[in-house]
Amino acid sequence: MSLKRKDLVSIASLTPDEITLILETADSFKEVSGREIKKVPALRGKTVVNLFFEPSTRTRTSFELAAKRLSADVINFSPSSSSVVKGETLLDTARNIEAMQADIIVLRHPDAGAAETLATGVKSSVINAGDGWHEHPTQALLDLFTMREKNLNFKGLRVAIVGDIAHSRVARSNIFALSKLGAEIRAVGPPTMIPVHLDRLGARVYYDLNEALRGVDVIMMLRLQLERQGRALFPSIREYSRLYGLTAERVRLAEAGALVMHPGPVNRGVEMAPEVADSFSSVILDQVANGVAIRMGILYLLSGAN
Amino acid sequence: MAILIKGGQVIDPGRVNGPADVLIDNGKILAVGQNLAPPAGKPGPSATIIDARGKLVLPGLVDLHVHLREPGFEYKETIQTGTAAAVAGGFTSVCCMPNTSPVNDNQSITEFILEQARAAGNAHVFPVGAITKGSEGKELAEIGELRDAGCVAISDDGQPVVNSLIMRRAMEYALAFDLPVIDHCEDLQLAEGGCMNEGLVSTQLGLPGIPSAAEDVMVARNLALAELTKARLHLAHLSTAGSVRMVRAAKSRGIRVTAEVCPHHFSLTEEAVRGFNTHAKMNPPLRTWQDVQAIKEGLRDGTIDVIATDHAPHAVQDKQQQFAAAPNGIVGLETALPLTLALVEEGVLSLEAAVAKLTAEPARAFGLSKGSLAPGADADVVVVDPEAHWEVDPARFRSKSRNTPFAGWKVKGRVITTIVAGRVVYDAA
Repeated sequence: MSLKRKDLVSIASLTPDEITLILETADSFKEVSGREIKKVPALRGKTVVNLFFEPSTRTRTSFELAAKRLSADVINFSPSSSSVVKGETLLDTARNIEAMQADIIVLRHPDAGAAETLATGVKSSVINAGDGWHEHPTQALLDLFTMREKNLNFKGLRVAIVGDIAHSRVARSNIFALSKLGAEIRAVGPPTMIPVHLDRLGARVYYDLNEALRGVDVIMMLRLQLERQGRALFPSIREYSRLYGLTAERVRLAEAGALVMHPGPVNRGVEMAPEVADSFSSVILDQVANGVAIRMGILYLLSGAN
Repeated sequence: MAILIKGGQVIDPGRVNGPADVLIDNGKILAVGQNLAPPAGKPGPSATIIDARGKLVLPGLVDLHVHLREPGFEYKETIQTGTAAAVAGGFTSVCCMPNTSPVNDNQSITEFILEQARAAGNAHVFPVGAITKGSEGKELAEIGELRDAGCVAISDDGQPVVNSLIMRRAMEYALAFDLPVIDHCEDLQLAEGGCMNEGLVSTQLGLPGIPSAAEDVMVARNLALAELTKARLHLAHLSTAGSVRMVRAAKSRGIRVTAEVCPHHFSLTEEAVRGFNTHAKMNPPLRTWQDVQAIKEGLRDGTIDVIATDHAPHAVQDKQQQFAAAPNGIVGLETALPLTLALVEEGVLSLEAAVAKLTAEPARAFGLSKGSLAPGADADVVVVDPEAHWEVDPARFRSKSRNTPFAGWKVKGRVITTIVAGRVVYDAA
């Protein structure tokens, strides 16, 4: 079986079978990162361009490592060092990169839809590494991979997603993915951070964290964008933390052995108490490790190397 | 030269609705009636006969809301191309918004626009002047001078007048000239940089949304100020059910308000944005099915007086960007008539009411002596084949720009001939 598509721009456009295929392909690449020589020749001669219009350390590094472990050539391209500041459009920038025979463009952009717009404008494959508040599909896939690795079954799985859902591409991609796979999704946050009609995306909305955590199998915390405080979404970090911060006591409301996840970087003491982040329940570092495997799998499937 | 339009169905709202001939001479309507003949002493080649059997013969359409982009954005549209698009769409009079560069906030810009319009020789152009200098919302523009130069209304267009005191003063001041004050109703704080309707689709696409309340609160404010000042208020491109409700209530209480809607706001919903389609990006944004129903009801019961296009040309490279970066607006002059006639097919409006919302009603709202076939009126006439089916092909637009969400739509009703001041300026044949 292969992925019959040029691009990966959203979870919303994937079928459950495609999601399963990506997870299974990543399985076979996870082992590579544990070898002494962490390299396979699958993408030798291919060029991957990381086109990042937003600062990012872990996602960019993860894609870079994934591409290098597949023996691809990797170029990092960020707008501060480019002609973007001179007024070049996204499409023109990408076409220039394409003219240099890039096989795969990994795009991170502050505007929703940027990856889809790019994908229709260039022949290279496009992987969405986060577009505005829209989607971050590789993050959701690595989250699924981590849950599956911990022997969780998606059908009927109870997952609480906690925080600023409205402005989170991680939340959207996970909601799309988990609802496709039959999980029960609880979206938790202050009403200011819950987008309209969220229930119609298959998530049940909670404003009370304690109520939402009862009996869940997975607690997925979102990073609080501290700079949003000025936009009247929440009164203070102190109050946000008191109402929506994950403490050890709150973890105990969930199923025994529930997983605690976070896309990183964690604001310790804000959305998550330090002892929770470092606890046995936390799979935050597994998520980071699995990110490389998932991205290897996606690069491999889109490169047509299979 | 005389023109005799024979055998058509004449619809001159409130005056004529039935088979009649229209006789034009010296740029004026000479007569509308049965079995008319060319004026005596004008036989032969000096009189043109237009066979309008099976066609509608209407007053030239009047568009209260277009962006002709000149001066300043000639790469999107010029007064020449914009008015060529107008007459191709059946519009013989257009009111152009002041958001040019520089802004039309003084006599010299108004005169420049009128001069370019005369040189183009297509449709009549009625400039709309700015409410405030530079449309910055701070100091009133010299509204008396703008009126004297030829402006027919004032508006800060896409820059709603945020300061309610400035808006009050503008409305009071405009009373001296009986000029309508137009507002694009949007609370910019509430809109918070949104780029589509706030609703299910914005939640799914992760695009910042503009709630319908951003329009509603400004409509409410403007209606309150119109009541306070007794000024003539014209509300541009209403898009929400709430706006329609408030305007209906205001009219029933005698407030002097007229309201317009655009064809895209009754033909499309927020669903058109899916796929991050920048040709479905405009402000106010496409709303929901419920809003569309409310707008249709408002058109039907007369709450909404006018259908206007908000013709907003943008070049290919402007729209070929990620959704948030693309500018708002679509071209509308060459698709408005069939989209309006679709409301007749659907049973929302009678044919005469639909024609009125494109002719007599907009003329009344801005006090233009247009939109009528009364003897003595300027001979602005459009002949329409109501049964012609055609497919919207942006490549064939007269406009310089192609930004339409209606490409490929199969529509019905086509402009055959457009006459401005007794001169044929467009002929599809």
